[in-house]
Amino acid sequence: MNYFLGLFVSGLTRGSIYALLALGYTMVYGIIELINFAHGEIYMIGAFTALILASVLSIAGLDAISILVIASLVAMIYSAAYGFTMEKIAYKPVRNSQRLSALISAIGMSLFLQNYVRLAQTSNFLPFPTLIPRLGFLQQLTFQVTSAQFVIFVTTTVVMILLTLLIKFSRVGKSMRAASQDKTMAMLLGVNVNRVIALTFVIGSATAALGGVLISSFTGQINFYIGFMAGIKAFVAAVLGGIGSIPGAVLGSFVLGWTESFGAGYISSDYEDVFAFAILVLILIFKPSGLLGRPENKKV
Amino acid sequence: MKSVRVFKIALALLVGAVIILAFAACQREAEAQPVRIGVAGAHSGDLASYGLPTVNAAELVAEMYNENGGINGSRIQLFIEDDVCQPEVAANTAAKLVGDGVVAVIGHICSGATFAALGTYLDSDILAISPSATAPDLTQSGDYPNFFRTIASDDAQAQMQVSFALDTLDVQRIAVLHDRGDYGRGLAENARDFIEADGRAEVVVFDGVTPGAVDYSAIIARIQQSNADAIIYGGYHPEASRIVGQMRDRGMDTLFISGDGVKDDTFIQTAGPASEGVYATGPMDLSGNPVAVEAAQRHRDKYGEEPGPFFLEAYAAALALFNAIEIGGTTYEGITNALRNNTVDTSVGPVRFDARGDAEGVGFAVYQVQNGEYVELR
Repeated sequence: MNYFLGLFVSGLTRGSIYALLALGYTMVYGIIELINFAHGEIYMIGAFTALILASVLSIAGLDAISILVIASLVAMIYSAAYGFTMEKIAYKPVRNSQRLSALISAIGMSLFLQNYVRLAQTSNFLPFPTLIPRLGFLQQLTFQVTSAQFVIFVTTTVVMILLTLLIKFSRVGKSMRAASQDKTMAMLLGVNVNRVIALTFVIGSATAALGGVLISSFTGQINFYIGFMAGIKAFVAAVLGGIGSIPGAVLGSFVLGWTESFGAGYISSDYEDVFAFAILVLILIFKPSGLLGRPENKKV
Repeated sequence: MKSVRVFKIALALLVGAVIILAFAACQREAEAQPVRIGVAGAHSGDLASYGLPTVNAAELVAEMYNENGGINGSRIQLFIEDDVCQPEVAANTAAKLVGDGVVAVIGHICSGATFAALGTYLDSDILAISPSATAPDLTQSGDYPNFFRTIASDDAQAQMQVSFALDTLDVQRIAVLHDRGDYGRGLAENARDFIEADGRAEVVVFDGVTPGAVDYSAIIARIQQSNADAIIYGGYHPEASRIVGQMRDRGMDTLFISGDGVKDDTFIQTAGPASEGVYATGPMDLSGNPVAVEAAQRHRDKYGEEPGPFFLEAYAAALALFNAIEIGGTTYEGITNALRNNTVDTSVGPVRFDARGDAEGVGFAVYQVQNGEYVELR
């Protein structure tokens, strides 16, 4: 039973890590129907920013919590600026052409950012400091949960709730939903669609950067390629949950995390990815729009 | 008329000189037959950079011997033949060297070419000593008693890890993990086979992990469940540092043994304090070996550049071979017995060959992370 619980927690951790990234993917898709392949790279840039900042701040002698908060905030702002610029350079010019053009543009952006960081920083693995302090009350639990796992899980939940509230109840969220339904009509009714889309990228990139800081603090090392690996899994999770749906991305991530974790724990970790993609195929056969996705209505 | 007589005298003198010269040459040859040594490997084509350093090494060592009067008074004569690292060419190369009457061959360079040539040598009682052919079967199959090498075989690391775990660490339950890559899986499969063949310990988990994954807690939970005393990991440092880090986070003190993919200072940097006590096999440190230092210096002096790949192994092979000829004479039995029974100080450390032809104690050493750096265990 303890073993089962251990694997359950392990799946939960994995799931929260995927979810933190999948949220940004799914949000951008929900508004402009673009799979932003460069999302993982924004995550990686967030991690690098935080690493540089944390090194500077720890030399300046700040305590762990301030370093974590300041590094995360700066990383989020910096990455949000990247997201904003990326949208203006790579996606806005092709917004009204075929969907394929935007997709290729996104892949190009992803490759560009990866290699830019490789050249500007390094291609080696860099140690990432444990920014998350030890939480005392976790030591008393019967199965081991590390502080990083706990913080990642809590953050994922909070971000999911905040994003849902933002989209459902705020004025901005209303404009986002309007823009996603019909851009032209929304524009005619006075919604500044360009600004709404830019804002979507800013928020998506900020969540990616937050993920970058927390996840790297958990894994303890970064290089220019981490965004690609993590991005692929997060993308699978978003599709699994129903791309475009915020709670769907989180649910999809947990399903993926548990599948991998129980598969590795009870069968073989050699086939971890096989289990992950098998469950994706199964779900898409029976529910093509994903777990919580709405079926796509063809406009007539 | 006069000019004809002068011509006749000149001719007689010339013929006489030629006869005397030929006689003298004959006499010198009778005095000391040269020791004929073949040097075979890729000397042209895309793998030439692996083969040419061996030619340089053989020339340097032969020169050293010849300047001091050769082996037991006989000069060393090298027969250098190119096999382009291709098995079908290597068979011809071998036939040619047999025709040249060599007593031993330094080479070949590639394992495939070496396999192709060894049969020909065996039929003619010629031995081969390779600086770079690492295929395990060359020695382990027992088919080639005429084969020796001064480099560790491909499975030497796994062998060393297993014997270290069983003899020195005395563990009973071992988990073997790999990163699914050719290098990692190969290492792990060899380690598993060695453990099972030995019988003193049990492989409790054998599994692959996803390279680049964010989290390894599921496989770690499984290792914890299996009560393994030690993990033997085949793979590289990014995954190893995460696995070790996440294990130590959970308070597990399972021993961690890995190979040269992990014996890298980046591992210590990224794993931080969790890296303390981790064992890794890696190439031996030869920077303090006086023979290796001298060999590299002589290479720079003669060829004006740094020695290439397998130079030190080839230099060691030449030293061991010439030493064996000095002791055992030029017969096949004499040389092979001398190689197996004498230890020679070479550029890869003191070398003696075991019954199968592998050099004992060559190639790899076990290191442990102590106070943030890899320390060689002796």
